[in-house]
Amino acid sequence: MIRFLTRRRGGARSDWTDWFCWVYLLLGVLVMFGPVVWLVLSSFKTQSALQEFPPGLWPMGQKQVQVAGVDRPLPVFALPRADGTTQERAMLRRVGLEGQFIDPADPDRKVERARLANVTPVRELHFAFENYIEPLRQFNFSRYLGNSLFVTVIATAITLLINAMCAFALSKYEFRGRNGIFLFIISTLMIPITVVLVPAFLVVTGLGLGNSLWGVILPPAATPTGVFLLRQYMLTIPDELMDAARMDYASEWRLFWRIILPLAAPALAVLAIFSVVWRWNDFLWPLVVLNRQEVFTLQLGLAAFQGELQTQWHYLLAMTVVTLLPVTLVFAFLQKYITTGIASSGMK
Amino acid sequence: MRGAVARCVDWPFEALQRVLGAARMPYVFVAPNLLVFGIFVAAPMILNVWYALTGGTALMPADRPYVGGANFAELLDCADHFAINTCKQDRFWRSVVNTGWFVTFQVIALVLISLITALVLNRRMPWRGFFRAVFFYPVLLSPVVVALIWKWILQPDGLFNALIVANGGIRVPFLLDPSWSFIWTVVVSVWAHMGFYTLILLAGLQAIPKDLYEAAEMDGTPHARVFWRITLPLLMPNMLVVLVLGLIRAVQSFDEIYVLTGGGPGTATQYIVQYIYETAFANQTHILGLAAAASMLVGGVLLVLTLMQLGASAWAKR
Repeated sequence: MIRFLTRRRGGARSDWTDWFCWVYLLLGVLVMFGPVVWLVLSSFKTQSALQEFPPGLWPMGQKQVQVAGVDRPLPVFALPRADGTTQERAMLRRVGLEGQFIDPADPDRKVERARLANVTPVRELHFAFENYIEPLRQFNFSRYLGNSLFVTVIATAITLLINAMCAFALSKYEFRGRNGIFLFIISTLMIPITVVLVPAFLVVTGLGLGNSLWGVILPPAATPTGVFLLRQYMLTIPDELMDAARMDYASEWRLFWRIILPLAAPALAVLAIFSVVWRWNDFLWPLVVLNRQEVFTLQLGLAAFQGELQTQWHYLLAMTVVTLLPVTLVFAFLQKYITTGIASSGMK
Repeated sequence: MRGAVARCVDWPFEALQRVLGAARMPYVFVAPNLLVFGIFVAAPMILNVWYALTGGTALMPADRPYVGGANFAELLDCADHFAINTCKQDRFWRSVVNTGWFVTFQVIALVLISLITALVLNRRMPWRGFFRAVFFYPVLLSPVVVALIWKWILQPDGLFNALIVANGGIRVPFLLDPSWSFIWTVVVSVWAHMGFYTLILLAGLQAIPKDLYEAAEMDGTPHARVFWRITLPLLMPNMLVVLVLGLIRAVQSFDEIYVLTGGGPGTATQYIVQYIYETAFANQTHILGLAAAASMLVGGVLLVLTLMQLGASAWAKR
């Protein structure tokens, strides 16, 4: 086994760089994935388990049993016996410093008394799914989730459509001002949202889009990187296809919609993946535009929740996991497209 | 059914083509995009200048009195530029200095770690795709999620303190101590973004012709020499991209840090974008003029950096 792991191509002797690399990679897995794994494990712990110090790795809770004739589940304790072993008993009620215990397996339910100081709670793996269900039901998180989904889907659709239209015109037509328009679009790359925060807010408010999801959706819908990526791809589609369709009196729109758009699908897919990730993760711009709870996206809801109720980590952690779930799925299934997209266009 | 939907989409554009003629259709195609750019990017760009030159707290540009360079003067007004306390806007200067330190440490760490990671990932090894994915994963996480993950780990009862206590140490209040919380903003920011830069460097490494390495191996050139004489010089264009892009983004750091530390403790981790955001929107009085003036100064710095990048890439191509 060890020989298999350490063998090298060409049979060369392994030197210190090999060892360094493997240590580095394993450490990398720990550092990059570890925090996320820790978050997910913690999100399944009950509120009381989260307050334990030092924290345990797995989400544990006190074992409980359902006993016939008792309407609530009873906590299970380990009772010490004279011979040094312990036995599991369910606590029926506590009386002062003592507890009344029964054997869950015993149909007669003979009650046994023991001092609470002598017994230890029995713990087992317990996933606190209520961490996930409660905030969605009690707090506004289902609404935040809906808002985030709405923004992500609609914004991605608009982004794809208008950027593809623009890229189509820039790549397939000769017209006055074409190069000027292209330069203008590319130059907006240099104007990040942080630089125009105040006036962009004014424009959005002036248009009546303040505190509206459309105010979040529209401003970043036209992305220079998107236009650039799609244009570069459309340039590779031969013009002859369009000329043939023109012979059949197809309108310019049809050329775009029926011929170029389907052929540009790979580039559109890359842009769609990026747009979904951008929009789902967007924070600063929604933070400026949206002030009312009803219109919060998941990101804003999370940030506000951690500010207000810092102690409710059990809900916060679970909602954080919900928030990272979509991008994790995108990552797991579409990772190849993302990395090639970045490598080819340098966008993020 | 599908045909009907398609006709509905086709119809308005075909009607437009009948009115305008085929030659003007390209303008129709670029119009939506230009409209969005014009309204939400170009117009704000111009408005920003007006905001920076006017005072008061009114949002509407017409209600704002013209003050000339007063906002810039107030931002830059210091009795002694080496003592932040003597500045009129000491929070601005504090965040400028903090941003300076943050950018320095973050970019150096980012470039070094991305380079080492890219070199390691470029080797032939089993599960290479998996390892590449591992280092890239945090890039996709939202800043809020990144901040909460680390806040949970760094809290007084968190994982790190448990490890410290288990090894006989005393708990460290990581996010309540100014130096620690500065260090962690750098670490978390590097953790979240290094995957992106690693990818750019990896692309550069893979573009280096293999025969150069084969020739070096034939000559028995030592590894270190191969690195300094072949790998690094040929990787320079990508290194420059990483350096400048890293700088541009580090200057604008906001989201993760805002959620992780809120700029605290005190103002220890308050950076420039947080100053702009809070001055304009979060504080009691919304001093839009100061925020706009500060954002123009940041814009100026970013412009210089962008021009540096363009110059550098032109130089690298040559």
